[in-house]
Amino acid sequence: MTPPTSRIVAGVGSRWPLLILGAPMVLLLAVPFLALGFSSSPADVSAGIADPIFGPALWLSVRTTLVSLVIVVLAGTPLAWWLAVGVPSRTRVVEVLVDLPIVMPPAVVGIALLQTFGRGGVFGPLLESMGVQVPFTATAVVLAQVVVSAPFYVQAAAAAFRRVEPDLLIVGRTLGQSSRGAFLRIAVPLALPGLVGGAALAWARALGEFGATLLFAGNLTGTTQTMPLAIYQALESDVRVAVALSLVLAAVSVLLLVALRAAPRAWGLLHSSTLARGVRSAGEARP
Amino acid sequence: MTWRVDVRMRLGDLDLDVQLEGGEEPLALIGPNGSGKTTLLRTIAGAYRPDAGRIEIRGAALFDSAAGLDTAPEERRVGYVPQGYGLFPHLSVADNVTFGLLRYGEGAPSRAERRARAERLLDEVGCGHLASRSPTSLSGGEQQRVALARALATRPAMLLLDEPLAALDARARRNVRTYLAEYLTERKGPALVVSHDLRDVRALGGPVCVIEDGKIVQRGTPDALRAAPATEFVEAFFED
Repeated sequence: MTPPTSRIVAGVGSRWPLLILGAPMVLLLAVPFLALGFSSSPADVSAGIADPIFGPALWLSVRTTLVSLVIVVLAGTPLAWWLAVGVPSRTRVVEVLVDLPIVMPPAVVGIALLQTFGRGGVFGPLLESMGVQVPFTATAVVLAQVVVSAPFYVQAAAAAFRRVEPDLLIVGRTLGQSSRGAFLRIAVPLALPGLVGGAALAWARALGEFGATLLFAGNLTGTTQTMPLAIYQALESDVRVAVALSLVLAAVSVLLLVALRAAPRAWGLLHSSTLARGVRSAGEARP
Repeated sequence: MTWRVDVRMRLGDLDLDVQLEGGEEPLALIGPNGSGKTTLLRTIAGAYRPDAGRIEIRGAALFDSAAGLDTAPEERRVGYVPQGYGLFPHLSVADNVTFGLLRYGEGAPSRAERRARAERLLDEVGCGHLASRSPTSLSGGEQQRVALARALATRPAMLLLDEPLAALDARARRNVRTYLAEYLTERKGPALVVSHDLRDVRALGGPVCVIEDGKIVQRGTPDALRAAPATEFVEAFFED
């Protein structure tokens, strides 16, 4: 339940100036998406979907983002737990490292990946001797997606784990669970809304990945051309195809956003006031 | 003596140096905020590793720095009820109690048997009718009883209760205080009960020990401590 807004907050001067200053921002956020939605006729959209680059790009995007999501969740969950419960002097460096891809321009990430897995890169000679090529393959697409999307999941998961009451874990241990059992039976279920939210954000970020993929994986139809890259290519030949592709991606993103907004509420209905007791507010310190 | 604790450790600003022992009766632990009461309970439960010392319950050593022994919390068979009771909000009341039977359900290997045993334990504390409820929908007094039933499910060698009555309003507190005191006395098992309230301490009927700044400063019956308080805190605590 939302408490009523106090007079102190609500009554600071008139609210009109806020709205006037904020309105251009709201318009800038809303108008382009409306324009995208209304710019093409159903015939244009079906023509775009029928285009030969549409199918392979959609299929590749679905495959690669699902693989990268599995990797991010499997590797990111233990890492997030370690960040949440570890000694701050040890976790701090890793925490900064995990944040790095969020501030790093995707093009830089792409070059960095080339310098690592490319022919002249750190692992280049090793990979070449094994006969493995990473750049310009679907593997490169997945690697780029993992690097740019992992921080979103790891940060959200670590924040969710930090809110789990440590006493609950101690109780779980005294009731006979190993540290792994307490993690799986107590920490994970209590942090689940945060984990799901983080996974959805990471998936959205991977789905939209463009810059790092273009530089590290290239733009080869059927192999490395994901949806965003297909939009880029379609724009050069047929705008209608680009718009149709964009509409599909936008629809998926809106669905994700709605799910993200609705999930905690649905969760709350399922578990009533649950998490209020097992989970601490974010500001509280760990003893 | 049924149990004996001798621990020395540094944890943040706290310098814990405690030698304590007790018999079959509940021992009340009092002390100012930040004196180390909760830390001591958690250390006995195995959540913190002391720098040095020995913890022994019913002849079994759980921790011994000299022997390099440090039994994992899940092997200690210590019943810990934290402040606020620590019920798992994502599990029903019955599942909270069966949680401890997953490992310590000797003679109750099947799911149905565990459930039946959990219901018996809940009946014992007068909460059988709450089995399918969510812990968050219970009153403070009910949560307290469920937490007690859950802690007892593993047949613990010792009970550690951290402020079992603090979260209750005045009326519930009176009822639960009487109930808890009778229950612990009847059970005849060692228990260490942190308290902030003189009436709770008196209701327990056993001895009291006082911890200040990580050290035990006094121990005895409530009347003895009242007659000759060792510190200002003890004097203030027993003031009427």
